[in-house]
Amino acid sequence: MIEIISAANCIDCDKCVEVCPTNVFDAVPGGHPVIARQADCQTCFMCEAYCPVDALFVAPTSGPAPPGTIFTDEARLAADGRFGEYRRWIGWGSGRRPGSLADRNAELTELAAPYLGGNLLA
Amino acid sequence: MRRDGTALVAEGDADVLVLGGGPAATWAAIAAARAGAQVTLADKGYCGTSGATASGGNNLWYVPPDAAAREESIQRFEQAGGLLTDRAWMARTLELTWAQVAQLDHWGYPFPTDADGCVRRSSLQGPEYMRLMRRQVRRAGVRILDQSPALELLADADGVVSGARGVHRQRTDAGWAVRAGAVVLATGGCAFLSGALGCNPNTGDGHLMAAELGAEMSGMEFSAAYGIAPAFGAQTKGRMYQFARYYHADGTLLDLPAGLSARLEVCRATLHGPVYARLDLAPPQIREAMRWAQPNFFLPLDKAGVDPFTDLFEIRLVLEGTVRGTGGIALAGDGCETTVPGLYAAGDAATRELVTGSRSGGGSHNGAWAMSSGTLAGRSAALFARRPVPGHGQLRAVGRAGLPGPDAEPAPADPVPPDEVIRNVQAEVLPPARNMFRTAAGLRDSVRRLDQVWTDQVPRLGPRSGRQRAREAAAMTAHARWMYAAALDRQESRGLHRRDDCPGTDPALARRLRVGGLDDVWVAAEAG
Repeated sequence: MIEIISAANCIDCDKCVEVCPTNVFDAVPGGHPVIARQADCQTCFMCEAYCPVDALFVAPTSGPAPPGTIFTDEARLAADGRFGEYRRWIGWGSGRRPGSLADRNAELTELAAPYLGGNLLA
Repeated sequence: MRRDGTALVAEGDADVLVLGGGPAATWAAIAAARAGAQVTLADKGYCGTSGATASGGNNLWYVPPDAAAREESIQRFEQAGGLLTDRAWMARTLELTWAQVAQLDHWGYPFPTDADGCVRRSSLQGPEYMRLMRRQVRRAGVRILDQSPALELLADADGVVSGARGVHRQRTDAGWAVRAGAVVLATGGCAFLSGALGCNPNTGDGHLMAAELGAEMSGMEFSAAYGIAPAFGAQTKGRMYQFARYYHADGTLLDLPAGLSARLEVCRATLHGPVYARLDLAPPQIREAMRWAQPNFFLPLDKAGVDPFTDLFEIRLVLEGTVRGTGGIALAGDGCETTVPGLYAAGDAATRELVTGSRSGGGSHNGAWAMSSGTLAGRSAALFARRPVPGHGQLRAVGRAGLPGPDAEPAPADPVPPDEVIRNVQAEVLPPARNMFRTAAGLRDSVRRLDQVWTDQVPRLGPRSGRQRAREAAAMTAHARWMYAAALDRQESRGLHRRDDCPGTDPALARRLRVGGLDDVWVAAEAG
């Protein structure tokens, strides 16, 4: 679930409010958007993909992050490069190449076949 | 047109109104616009991110225009689909998918090139695909209403669908109403708010709207699709699990049969205790390729500090219902007409039994189906829309379940919160013990309780401010009742429908089942 909107990086563009498929955020006039309905977050990472300044962190857990995990520790997550992670993979943002250019889905079975024989579960 | 005292913002008219915002909706909107129609697309979420494809992706059912290759593929999937598919629909779907993928290439979708220099066009990554589709929808002159869930259809005096009304969920002031010559339902399947990747907007809203005008469903018994996800999350990206081996809590390997039934036995094992997975079978040489193939499988594991190639991680089953299952609104013709005049269905809102039969359409057949059924629905809706449409004063809003009455009846004295109805429905459909491994006795229990929810709780859904949630709760209740009515009727196991009390497949039952009705649910074998 969405856990962090980084006040240090958010530029109040409200893109996350606009694009969230489950309407989790609320815009705040003159301020940063807020996580208004965390329980509605479906952990799809689309807000991370669209945030132009990598200010959002979506934890991998499908419920609120348990206390004591790193998923609410902004400084630590930032130090670990955990902001904007999905956006890097899909290659969005200036100077990046679309991740789909490296998509090997279509060849995966062929690539794996020589190593696996009949071992795949299908 | 007034309904309940809420002022409606005039959103103008359209020839074709498309409800939904995923691939089927966007292909429908573009096809209708190209056929000369003025098109409005209203999405519950944001067209570009909402639905199962945007956050997931598709590995398409994609076969070159070679007669022998297509025949071979059709025959293979006819067998795999339990002989419930339709050859003409399969051929049409392959043909249109080939054409629309070429269109995507022309629009600039960044397809990869393999080591031999061949461009590989059968895989679409969700965010990239749906961002491009939104751009093309806008370029086609379609008006987009984002964050604008439809609540109900509008019909003229003859019962011809003539628009819809809904709410702007990011504005508190008013709802919207669009008068249109035809409506395309591309609202997705129903995963019952299970949290399956990208599926929470998909609560079967379109099915309820269609059923309120008498539309029929088909294939609803093939609704027990479950995805495997890490236990801490709900990311149901399944493909990488073909490289998995499974373990008990004590680290011993699960004893699994070889072949296709292995996956079923993994699922069954989760009923009896924790099950762990590890991608033991993934050759080190292709692990990097796997990451680039499905970054959204690896992302949550990376974030959780799990290396799926070396660490055991607990898994769980998450319901994907009729998103990855095949049931949906039955079609009455080759243009994706429903049995209701003026109403068309496409993508996961429509039945995919015609192209996948009893088998899950996964991302592949469903992805191809979204492109082709969307295109066909958009074209035929545009043709139908060339008719005079009565003014708003002559149109009726035909929604009922979860909505206030036509005369703005007072709110019920003891309203039931939508979340309570949703929890009651989820208790019947989410547990694999109930839905994946079905028995007549279990299904009858569920049907009895779901009937109670429909008759006792749905009429008291409130409060009024939560109308979208109330409609979702009603839609999920109706969906669950259709699923289980069909599941009780089909006294055999076939594809996604498993009856532990009837484990065999009965050749005499290789026919499709229609199901419908709201207060009185009925099931009937399809004619012909």
